[in-house]
Amino acid sequence: MTRVLELDGIHGGYGETEILHDINMHVDPGEIVVIVGPNGAGKSTAMKAVFGLLNIRKGAIRLQGADITNTPPQQVVREGVAFVPQSANVFVSLSVEENLEMGAYVSSADPGPRVEEIFQLFPPLREKRRQPTGSLSGGQRQMVAMGKALMLHPKILLLDEPTAGLSPKYRGEIFQIVRDINAAGATILMVEQNAKQALRIAHRGYVLVDGENRYTGTGAELIADDEVARMFLGGGRTT
Amino acid sequence: MMEFLNFYLVPGVVLGCIYALGAIGISLTFGILRFSNFAHGETMTLGVYFTLSLIHLTGLHPLAVMPISMALTAAAVLGMDRAFFKPFRNSPTIMLVIASFGLMLMIRSVIQFFWGVQLQALQTGIQRPWVLLESFRILPKHVLIIGATVVLMMAVHLLLTRTKIGKAMRATSDNPELAALTGIDTELVVKATWIMGASLAVAAGVFLALDTHVETMMGFKLLLPMFAAAILGGIGKPYGAVIGGLVIGIAEEISAYPWIGTEPLLPPGYKAGVAFAIMVAMLIWRPQGLLRGRQF
Amino acid sequence: MEQYYGLFIYGLSLLTMGGIYAVLTLGLNVQWGFTGLFNAGIAGFLAVGAYVQAILTTPISRDHLGAYNVPIPLAMLAAMVVSAAVAWAIAKICIRLRSDYLAIATIGIAEILRLVFKNEIWATNGPRGVSQIPKAFETLPQPWNTLAFLAMVLGIVAVIYLALEKARAAPWGRVMTAIRENETAASAAGKNIEAFRLESFVIGSALMGLAGALLAQYLKQIDPQVSDPLTATFLVWVMLIAGGSANNRGAILGAMLLWVVWSGSEIVSQRFLSLLSSDWLGILTITEAGEWSIRFAYLRVFIIGLILQIILQKRPQGVLPEKRPKPHPRLRGDATAASQGD
Repeated sequence: MTRVLELDGIHGGYGETEILHDINMHVDPGEIVVIVGPNGAGKSTAMKAVFGLLNIRKGAIRLQGADITNTPPQQVVREGVAFVPQSANVFVSLSVEENLEMGAYVSSADPGPRVEEIFQLFPPLREKRRQPTGSLSGGQRQMVAMGKALMLHPKILLLDEPTAGLSPKYRGEIFQIVRDINAAGATILMVEQNAKQALRIAHRGYVLVDGENRYTGTGAELIADDEVARMFLGGGRTT
Repeated sequence: MMEFLNFYLVPGVVLGCIYALGAIGISLTFGILRFSNFAHGETMTLGVYFTLSLIHLTGLHPLAVMPISMALTAAAVLGMDRAFFKPFRNSPTIMLVIASFGLMLMIRSVIQFFWGVQLQALQTGIQRPWVLLESFRILPKHVLIIGATVVLMMAVHLLLTRTKIGKAMRATSDNPELAALTGIDTELVVKATWIMGASLAVAAGVFLALDTHVETMMGFKLLLPMFAAAILGGIGKPYGAVIGGLVIGIAEEISAYPWIGTEPLLPPGYKAGVAFAIMVAMLIWRPQGLLRGRQF
Repeated sequence: MEQYYGLFIYGLSLLTMGGIYAVLTLGLNVQWGFTGLFNAGIAGFLAVGAYVQAILTTPISRDHLGAYNVPIPLAMLAAMVVSAAVAWAIAKICIRLRSDYLAIATIGIAEILRLVFKNEIWATNGPRGVSQIPKAFETLPQPWNTLAFLAMVLGIVAVIYLALEKARAAPWGRVMTAIRENETAASAAGKNIEAFRLESFVIGSALMGLAGALLAQYLKQIDPQVSDPLTATFLVWVMLIAGGSANNRGAILGAMLLWVVWSGSEIVSQRFLSLLSSDWLGILTITEAGEWSIRFAYLRVFIIGLILQIILQKRPQGVLPEKRPKPHPRLRGDATAASQGD
């Protein structure tokens, strides 16, 4: 069974700086893998590395065995990786439906049927399909962002802090959605600040500190670990 | 009242249509390519001169040859993008602005070199106005201009809302980084933007030439009002550019009306000042324009 | 001998116009090089200076304002002051605009000014312009009058250069550089960005007005289309960028160099055309050559534009790249300097 995604000894950063030091991670098909860690640990940076937004100086990134290190984002999308950034992740002046259509841009097939499937996954969006996405609530916008990323059945879905800035009610909803998407077959790599909640739904997790791997294990293992708990699970995150 | 309608309001609407068509291109370029293209006026002039030559060659009506001159101008603009703008895609905006400034003079000089600077006409002959309802007068060419503008705007609307590339253009204008992350082919969007902007500019130029005459400075003279229209409507918002164009066109024409007493409110020699004043007022009071376009 | 004398006089005129353009370019450098302000309305301030000089110094005429009999040096000063005042008014409104908006605003200003000079016929004689403008040293015999005028122009260039270099090394200049390079940091350091920008714009425009006053004297007549405003503005920009922006020496070099290219290309094309229409080559008739000579003028603009594009792409720093001035030894420990070194 080939791993969907592998980060193999990654050293890299923006321009001349080095933020990631020897990062190793992998994601197997059907998994939810979560990256957690304190602020500035390089979690989002690791994700951006996959998407070709980083200057990777050493190491390799493989998608189902094929090397995609330093491949530009537009190409990575065509390879089957979908990325949902933390903010500004929808086209606010386009309608919900148009956003979804744009998610299917690289394919020449008619996006219509798939759009309907996405509405099945996120029912509240259906009645708002023609509304400009900018007029939706934060939680609904996040749904659009994820739906857009799922349009082309990506091999792996990268989510960068999907619950950032959301109220607790929506946070729970989003985590449930992530679970649902995964149950429907999507492989997910997720960076999260709300470590405890995220690890609860994760198959496995990586704890990053100062740009390096610190701990790894299943979601349950990490939650139970004293070190990890002490580090930042107990303090949690101020809303 | 009828005098106002016939000699001030209608010409204002006609001028507004011309400004609107030109301003859409400026707004699109700004939204998607992120810079103010000073060469846009000369693009218009180039299109008019292509049209002129095609008319001399074929003897057809200006509107009949316009699609060809649109194609020629679009091709020229794509070439210019490749040679002079593409190298600066990831550079600070000011480089593009300076390059477009230089391009403006280069295009104008090429036109002057090949076609000379004397005034010319697209069509000869005097037109008689149509008379409706006994006192409403309108020149056939004005009906043509307004009608054609409406058609073109509908075409733009359909393109932007019903086609994949049009939606991609709106998406890129909205958020270019996200567009790249979504896999949208930004170079294709750029090309589409240039083609659309150039074609509309050619139309604007041809309509202006039909209404007045053909001269090498016509594009430059329109630059300020077009920019003012785009800014008024909200830069980056093509629909705003339409509103902006109409407002400025009408304002310019009715500024010469003797609102108070018998003298024009504004000496006709200063008409260009109207657009400028509106633009400066917008930039100070509400820089994002009427439809809340991009701000600084 | 005659030929050499003609060449000599031509050389003097090249230097004189080059010098006038150097004043313009130095003025632009204050605005662009120092503070990053994109002024595309240079021709406007040039015209203001020229008209002030003209109106203040020309003898009485029923076509326009005049007969104030102001001495030439005073008139030049007045030209600077009026240009500065106009610039101040404009900057008060527009200084906060980002560069491309400022560019379109200044183009607009230049156009409005041109319209004013064209329409207010009572003051300026409209499109016919003002002539018989007194020129400094014109009472001297040839070639001393030309030499003296040239000396004055070059002297002015030298004085401006020294003053600007001094300003650059002083705290004022370094704050300017800081604003240009990292506005947020400069603002955080407590510097009033807008005030500095305003100052810079006003000073630069005053210099442009001075250039206008010099031009009015040199040409002895002006009109609203004096030196084709758009081309003049464009030429100055190319001069600055080619010479090396943010760099006073580069500004002067660029002005001289580009002026030689511009003026020289006119001579070259004339010679070329007269060769083509000469008896022994006979490729063109005299009339045809005349038509072509007009068209060649446009070609020259094209070539200058192409030069600009090439420089922008291949060597944007210009011939003389900016060299940061060393701070005055006394001030080396000055903690309020917003930025230092490379």
